[in-house]
Amino acid sequence: MNQTAHKDYFGAKLGMWLFLFTELLLFGGLFLLYAVYLKRYPHEFATAGRQLDWTLGAANTVILLTSSLSVAMAVTAAQRGETRRVMAMIGGTILCAAGFMSIKYFEWSAKIGHGIYPGSEQLKSGPPGESVFFSLYYITTGIHGLHVVIGALLLAWIALKARSGAVNASDYILLENGALYWHLVDLIWIFIFPLYYLVL
Amino acid sequence: MSNAQPPQASFWNDTGRSGIAAWIFSTDHKRIGLLYLYSTFGFFLTGVLLGLLLRIELIAPGRTIVGPQTYNALFTVHGVVMIFLFILPSFPGAFGNLVMPIQVGARDVAFPRLNLLSWWLYIIGAVIVLVSLFTGGGAPDTGWTFYVPFSARTGTNVSLAVFGVFIIGFSAILTGLNFITTIHRLRAPGMTWDRLPLFTWSLYATAWVQVLATPILAITLVLVMAERLLGTGLFDPARGGDPLMYQHLFWIYSHPAVYIMILPAMGVISDIIPVFSRKPIFGYKMIAFSSLAIAAAGSLVWGHHMFTSGMSDTAVLVFSFLTFIVAIPSAIKVFNWVSTLYRGSISLEAPMLFALSFILLFSIGGLSGLILGAAATDVHVHDTHFVVGHFHYVMFGGSGFAFFAAMHYWLPKFYGRRYAEKPALLAWALMFTGFNLLYFTMQVLGMKGMPRRYYDYLPEFASLNLLATVGSWILAAGLVIMLVNLFRGLRGGVPFEGNPWGGATLEWSVATPPPTENFEEEPLVTHGPYDFEGMGKP
Repeated sequence: MNQTAHKDYFGAKLGMWLFLFTELLLFGGLFLLYAVYLKRYPHEFATAGRQLDWTLGAANTVILLTSSLSVAMAVTAAQRGETRRVMAMIGGTILCAAGFMSIKYFEWSAKIGHGIYPGSEQLKSGPPGESVFFSLYYITTGIHGLHVVIGALLLAWIALKARSGAVNASDYILLENGALYWHLVDLIWIFIFPLYYLVL
Repeated sequence: MSNAQPPQASFWNDTGRSGIAAWIFSTDHKRIGLLYLYSTFGFFLTGVLLGLLLRIELIAPGRTIVGPQTYNALFTVHGVVMIFLFILPSFPGAFGNLVMPIQVGARDVAFPRLNLLSWWLYIIGAVIVLVSLFTGGGAPDTGWTFYVPFSARTGTNVSLAVFGVFIIGFSAILTGLNFITTIHRLRAPGMTWDRLPLFTWSLYATAWVQVLATPILAITLVLVMAERLLGTGLFDPARGGDPLMYQHLFWIYSHPAVYIMILPAMGVISDIIPVFSRKPIFGYKMIAFSSLAIAAAGSLVWGHHMFTSGMSDTAVLVFSFLTFIVAIPSAIKVFNWVSTLYRGSISLEAPMLFALSFILLFSIGGLSGLILGAAATDVHVHDTHFVVGHFHYVMFGGSGFAFFAAMHYWLPKFYGRRYAEKPALLAWALMFTGFNLLYFTMQVLGMKGMPRRYYDYLPEFASLNLLATVGSWILAAGLVIMLVNLFRGLRGGVPFEGNPWGGATLEWSVATPPPTENFEEEPLVTHGPYDFEGMGKP
């Protein structure tokens, strides 16, 4: 095999952190658009932002923060070699992810039911600033939701690895990197929530 | 299992897998490098053919071989293929993979399987781009920049092409983070940062640009797809959007991207010039530093593509000033190369000729870039053939010629056989002549006011266009000779052994072709990359 016999933990983490930078920049492009369009349409953004339900957003924030705690505890459990607890904690995180996506689903379908979605007649006939706001809202939360799903699948795969013993007390870098990714998903939501639900 | 093999078995005789699987599923950086070389160079030749067709259409005014729609598709596909399928992935993918791990004294890159995934993503993206040409509404006709509003409205297959480029961007990010980690973590004992070969230094700067700029391209392309498929209207003025925001986002990536294309080329030149001057490089630290400076400053100049699109005078002034700043580290490199040549014992072999012509062509391209970077002159030559000429001087005369230099310099090392010298020199002479005839003429045409991206032109431009097209044929003839010579030489040429050129970087210290694991035992680096006196000592 060409793989090196010993694992470079620092290197693996460095690679993951670099990847997280790229994710931040990906969302950075969307936040840049948000900033420019907020400057251009402050009133329309405020009107549109009030149509979002901040209680649902807050609930999702709590859920994601809990999920981050849970995955961090999974890492600690892995360090102590408690495999069952690793799987339970990851299970908790995945459960939170499912809860987050369900709330997102109800939020989106309620909005779509009211005729608010990209390219809808209602947005086309309304003020342009609101159309921009909701297009950005759908794209940003949509791509974030995709990251939640990918992160949950990634963690599920890592849980299987933990069960088979491939993730254990002496080698848990995979779980640590997976947890880092999950924290990033959480972190980005921490920016999305105030920008779209609160400050307007 | 490599442990079971006798020591020094070449990477060509490797692994249990057989046939093509031994290559397309190999995690050996040298095999992946060659995969990249073949695939990117294949696309280069495709792009060349499209370019030749463009020149034939422009040989005389009026319709010659294609109509306007086909012409638009031709220059779009030429640009997309050359930029996204050839220049961007080729240097890090091909020569970065082949040479860099050996130059730092490593057995492989930090994440070998991720490296293989990068190549697969590249191939998948490339296939999607190719499929987009023949399906849906036909080949995209927007130009390689995919500018809205046209790209949001045209009936051609923009969505799929853009998706392919998106996937290729993923591949670039993974290569970038792999190389950064490799250079940080896998340097052999004694390989300090000030002993790092300048090619590796340039790849390091390039990798940072790949990691930090490509995500912006990704989100921009996602937004174009959303614009087309969902009707988001984020760039549509009728819906409150702003097409200028597309241009900003696109160039925030695409200007740094030209440094992904040129920085490794500069690294190749920095490695070749001292070897063929038999003299240590002049100003090692400044060349290494200037790579980082170009990467940093180059990330802040995207606005100079938009002087005529509508920007405040303040923004124009700032972007223009920053653009001129980039010229400083570029000039540092050029002056240091020339100073290395001074009183050197220069031997004009094929890699050196390509390297020397790089200095000249890149300088012409870089200086014409300043004409475009100054807002006052840019307004006059914007969107003319002057831009086309400038871009090809930097990208083809720069990156392209450096790529040929790298092929003549490093490929014999990996094949164990070499090309014939005389045809190589003939090919170089033809390409150099044809190149200047083609692209210098374009710059003159642009100065006279011939716009780009039209299949037709006014009769007064006819004679210069004829000259440029003849130049493209001379260039193509040289290219064919070079390829035939390389192909024959690397397959059945004179054996290439040891270190005939006297390079002091680590890749010249291993067997030819390199063994699977590169080094029999972990090397201990005791001298700098251009310390030709120190390399003989234990």
